[in-house]
Amino acid sequence: MQAYLDNAATTRCSLHAAEAMMQVMCENFGNPSSLHQKGVDAERCIREAKTFFAENLKVKDKEIYFTSGGTESNNLAIIGTALANQRAGKHLITTAIEHASVAHPMKYLEKQGFRVTYLPVDQDGIVSLKALSEALCEETILVSVMYVNNEIGSVQPIPEIGALLKERDSKAYFHVDAIQAYGKYKILPQKEGIDLLSISGHKLHGPKGVGMLYIQEKVKIHPLLHGGGQQKDLRSGTENVPGIVGITEAARECYAQLEENRSHLYHLKQLFAEELSTLEGVRINGRTKEDSAPHIISVSFEGVRSEVLLHALEEKGIYVSAGSACSSNKPSISHTLQGIGLSKELSGSTLRFSFSFDTTEEEIYYCLQELRELLPMLRRYVRR
Amino acid sequence: MFHAFLVKYGEIGVKGKNRYVFEDALIARIKQVLRPVEGDFLVTKDQGRVYVEAEGAFDYDETVAALQRVFGVVGICPVVKIPNQDYDGLLTEVLSYMHRMYEHTTKTFKVHTRRVNKKYPMTSMEVSAAIGAKIVEEFEGLTVDVHEPELLLHIELRNYICIYSEVIPGPGGMPLGTNGRSMLLLSGGIDSPVAGYMVSRRGVGIDAVYFHAPPYTSERAKQKVVDLAAKIARYTGTIHLHVINFTDIQMYIYDQCPHDELTILMRRYMMRIAERIAKDTGCLALITGESIGQVASQTVQSLAATNDVCTLPVFRPLIAFDKEDIVTIAKKIDTYETSILPYEDCCTTFVAKHPVTKPRVDVIRRSEQALMAQIDEMVEKALAEDEVIEIR
Repeated sequence: MQAYLDNAATTRCSLHAAEAMMQVMCENFGNPSSLHQKGVDAERCIREAKTFFAENLKVKDKEIYFTSGGTESNNLAIIGTALANQRAGKHLITTAIEHASVAHPMKYLEKQGFRVTYLPVDQDGIVSLKALSEALCEETILVSVMYVNNEIGSVQPIPEIGALLKERDSKAYFHVDAIQAYGKYKILPQKEGIDLLSISGHKLHGPKGVGMLYIQEKVKIHPLLHGGGQQKDLRSGTENVPGIVGITEAARECYAQLEENRSHLYHLKQLFAEELSTLEGVRINGRTKEDSAPHIISVSFEGVRSEVLLHALEEKGIYVSAGSACSSNKPSISHTLQGIGLSKELSGSTLRFSFSFDTTEEEIYYCLQELRELLPMLRRYVRR
Repeated sequence: MFHAFLVKYGEIGVKGKNRYVFEDALIARIKQVLRPVEGDFLVTKDQGRVYVEAEGAFDYDETVAALQRVFGVVGICPVVKIPNQDYDGLLTEVLSYMHRMYEHTTKTFKVHTRRVNKKYPMTSMEVSAAIGAKIVEEFEGLTVDVHEPELLLHIELRNYICIYSEVIPGPGGMPLGTNGRSMLLLSGGIDSPVAGYMVSRRGVGIDAVYFHAPPYTSERAKQKVVDLAAKIARYTGTIHLHVINFTDIQMYIYDQCPHDELTILMRRYMMRIAERIAKDTGCLALITGESIGQVASQTVQSLAATNDVCTLPVFRPLIAFDKEDIVTIAKKIDTYETSILPYEDCCTTFVAKHPVTKPRVDVIRRSEQALMAQIDEMVEKALAEDEVIEIR
């Protein structure tokens, strides 16, 4: 038996999306910039994709941009707006638990003379509105907060942050990294006060190498890629038409059954959490109820190195991620686990399990059964 | 401009009646490394010289790089090889060679002639003097220095004539296959690939054994070892990499023996298993990357305790090397970057916080008594499940 429980890393591409992409790659293969019919057909694919996302987010078609993935969407949103608005101020706000594709652009901007405030989170990995309110100032031009944390599945108070920015009459744009949230949550940028929203194709059963960025039409932003002037000169480069069709079809499928998928995922997560709590020396990081992401659960196993447990599970056909990448030569600490106050010891003993709508109860039970057998065995053999 | 190389070899020259064995091995290896190189090559032996001649177009840089990986080669000389000529013909050829090779930074030169063809009408001294004089006339600013010339122009008069001046260094050593095969204990670290390379340089074919301990060591750690084996196989020829699952043995030692002796005991079993495979596959010795004092298991006492279980000779070419010297060679043979990838190997997983550094052989032997109930069976099982990967 196999159980792929690493859906926050990537997901299996939906067959329907893959077939739609195949059709574009092999038949409708034109360059959307070409003047002839083949180009027009390809361009129509992109228009339809934009329309889908615009309707799904309740925004305008022209506010939808396609990128090479989540990393590019986040980079463009952050670096692009920082560069375009630096005269209005050079202060940025983000959280201590962002994904590297947000944290590293922030670090880069710090080197370019910007000031960045990293908001702390509580033990559940949730950012405090009070801290944000205190950090916010005249100089602030961008606030970037992730919707769902990729390591522990904490959900940030996005609408509240949007409301706060409005209430304070801040000129700061609000960027939301929704890469782990889109496809699991109905997101309405206008209602929630979001100016920029990043999503990625392969986290929602679409292909790798494609992402989307919603940019509210009034946002001042500079491009990162310069060239042929595609996508209103903001993102040059021939559009990845197959990828765009793939992400769109995958997203369409996610939202067609949003509620069923969500309740299935919550059911699995709670089942897993309840059963885990019967095991000794197991600690669940973050929340597990419906105030957390439905598909991600972070678990620390006392006295077991995460890498070892990961490979032991792998031998049983169970695929998961280590909570924080750690190895003897290159120890790297997870900012998220550190941010929620987890000890270094426990951080190195943490695994992330992440589910998909096609994960079954049987797979969960199988994983639990293997954990029950492996944990005592692995705990016997430790460095003394 | 060059279509031929004169391959110089060192020690083979003094091997007496066995010399042809060494030369034939060298030629066989040269042919082997040139197989994937673009071009058609003729490799010949003539009067104590090995020539590589390209027929038609070939990739010069790739050819030189390949020859630089052939053990036994001390120098690679790009050579102009022409049919026998009279002096005037020779002079024309030499001057045209000089025009192509001469760089204005060169200030001094010397002509060195060897006359193997004793029928040539002039003596070697006469040829050197006459051609040297012509060169001084033709190239302004170039003077003769017979002691330390910047450019040493060789002219060899045989049934044909060779002109060369550049000597590209080779790796030295002895041709592969002239000294049997040995079994290398290959980990993912920096030292063991270098040890394998060094012993192989003496003409020894290499096979390797890697101890894999899933789930404590990952698939990536194993892949790293496969990659390292492939890097050294570029020099050593085909390697049979034996992957031994060591987890059960490791756990058993952990359960039964004093923890501070775990590493020494593990290494004794690694040596035993490596020796078994070596004997089964016709290898005549073991090779390790050990270096005195580098870690607790490599103190002189620990080495003695490990060596205690071996009957085959154990070659430890790095025994007196400092780490920096080993790193220099690792970088030269391009294994360093792979070696430092951060995947754990099975020696470090359970290593005690304070392992013994001065084990006594009798004490270690006694500790091993605690393993007698099951260890033989476990070793047999590990050997039976040996996964052999052929690396070319």
